[in-house]
Amino acid sequence: MPATATQNRLDQLFQQKQERILNVYFTAGYPQQGSTVPVLKALQKAGADIVEIGIPYSDPVADGPTIQASNQHALEGGMTMKRLFEQLKEIRNEVSLPLVLMGYFNPVLQYGVERFCQACAEVGIDGLILPDLPMYEYREVYQPIFQQYGLHNIFLISPQTSPERVREIDEHSSGFIYMVSSASITGARRDITDEQIRYFERINSMQLQRPRLIGFGISNRQTFEQACQHAQGAIIGSAFINLLGQSQDLEQDIIEFVSAIKGSDR
Amino acid sequence: MRRGQQMNQTHIPMSTVPTHSTPFAVNERGYYGQFGGSFIPEMLYPNVEELRQNYLEILYSPDFQEQYRQLLRDYVGRPTPLYLASRLSEALGAHIYLKREDLCHTGAHKVNNTVGQILLAQRLNKKKIIAETGAGQHGVATATVCALMGLECIVYMGAHDMERQKPNVERMKILGAEVRPATSGSQTLKDATNEAMRHWINNPQDTHYIIGSVVGPHPYPDMVARLQAIISEEIRLQLLEKTGSELPTHVVACVGGGSNAAGAFYHYLDEPSVKLVAVEAAGKGVSSGQSAATTALGKPGVLHGSQTLLMQTDDGQVVEPYSISAGLDYPGIGPLHAHLYASKRAQFIPVTDEAAMKAGIHLAKTEGIIPAIESAHALAALSELKLQPQDVVVVNLSGRGDKDLETYIRWGGY
Repeated sequence: MPATATQNRLDQLFQQKQERILNVYFTAGYPQQGSTVPVLKALQKAGADIVEIGIPYSDPVADGPTIQASNQHALEGGMTMKRLFEQLKEIRNEVSLPLVLMGYFNPVLQYGVERFCQACAEVGIDGLILPDLPMYEYREVYQPIFQQYGLHNIFLISPQTSPERVREIDEHSSGFIYMVSSASITGARRDITDEQIRYFERINSMQLQRPRLIGFGISNRQTFEQACQHAQGAIIGSAFINLLGQSQDLEQDIIEFVSAIKGSDR
Repeated sequence: MRRGQQMNQTHIPMSTVPTHSTPFAVNERGYYGQFGGSFIPEMLYPNVEELRQNYLEILYSPDFQEQYRQLLRDYVGRPTPLYLASRLSEALGAHIYLKREDLCHTGAHKVNNTVGQILLAQRLNKKKIIAETGAGQHGVATATVCALMGLECIVYMGAHDMERQKPNVERMKILGAEVRPATSGSQTLKDATNEAMRHWINNPQDTHYIIGSVVGPHPYPDMVARLQAIISEEIRLQLLEKTGSELPTHVVACVGGGSNAAGAFYHYLDEPSVKLVAVEAAGKGVSSGQSAATTALGKPGVLHGSQTLLMQTDDGQVVEPYSISAGLDYPGIGPLHAHLYASKRAQFIPVTDEAAMKAGIHLAKTEGIIPAIESAHALAALSELKLQPQDVVVVNLSGRGDKDLETYIRWGGY
């Protein structure tokens, strides 16, 4: 059953919580094909606020080496879109967190955009991040389909995005705005620079309608805290993928990872 | 009107033709029919948008045109000859003209584009150049113009291709470029393109990305086609001189991404009497599972910023193509070509490794020209055209075979 706008879990979350929101990314079917559901359950137990599930793709052009490798690993392990939706079929019996699918446009196009949106609604997906689906195409062609199935479309902004375009994106995105922390592809970095802070402050002062989550280069407690000073929360991806790749005990390690990031907030 | 009349003049005032609207011209959103567009992450948007807003104005400014044409003449060696290949004509029973892009500096048509884009990059105040390369021809052409202009140059090349094309790797290094291996995915051209795009995301401020074919987000396909259009501009003038007509019956070119074909077709797109023939690499056979025949095997999809025909799995994962020719070893084609295919304006013919190698060796024996294996594909398609004695066929001989010597030697049969 398609969710209506008021039932969307992202909206519910942002109504209840405006700060220190932790969104965790992982690649579906990583580290094992069967890991998708266990990782989701562990993230809920650990206290993540949103989970972004990556749809593996052969050519993830906005991603750094860590996420690229996880995509390739998942594909080699037999992960497909069809399998992902099968895995997520019963997920809403166990996981109540807002769930966002992140992926590149071609696999969605091949699946069929409407069929894809319908499948998302059926399993209880709340939003989509399709970084290579441009705003123009979205507005001209796909927006009504996304809306029909109650899916928020989440756009990215970067330090190079002009103020006018930030306004335009704020206008046409829903759910939240994905604020790319620096001119970069994804990947864990050590520090947040003064230049990045100035960019965070500049966007913060624009008083946008949508909440903002800062992603790319957020990897630990310190960078999470810094991001949270300038936005409603942050997104961790590559650092979490690194953890999954090394983990011997997924649930335990995920709980420790999230708690180390969020600290006393739990 | 636009083209026909201009071609009768000795000087073609291209500075006065910034845009035109025909069934085969790109529209303002970057589409050829249903193909094209600009499917890029937001991080690339400012750079691509800067290019989109400025490329036509720059390309058709008198100052650009003067410098571009002077370099093409004095540095690249244009116009390249249009050569009536008599013995080949006799063998095939039609008039076969070869457009000798193989005689361009650096050995292929690729340099027409890199000369244009480096001049454009300078006018956009870019200090660094990046490029992707498969066989290394575009990488060499880019490294060459960077040396010429004193700009820093980084070329991404699939680690696997670096193994296959060692001499071109060294050529780029001698020219002062840094060659970075793309170690992701299948480690070939598609992955080198991914890495170049990632580099551009990471370095948006002072870097221009010289894409080597009529692929990528708008405006690249149109921009590269316009820079390669010099090929058909010359063909028209040369053919008029030689035959009394600017119009051949056929123009034949190989298609990987499709830049040489785009250049050879460009000024004939709106001449319906001219048959356009695009030749794809069938590898070991279209149905062999080892092929790069995109129109035969592909479906509409999005790769490297544009919607086009794409070899992919049912799940939308990009398939790794195969061809003996590294320059045709790409899983997509430019959106213009996808449109020419879908609208049936061009005929697409798949040619196997074997047929291409035979045609390459045949050209060497009959005309004393060893073609690039890419161009040999175009030659191999001639026997499938059912040519008549009065037909006038222009084959775009896009590159020379020096880089392919090892492949010729391994293949043998000469």
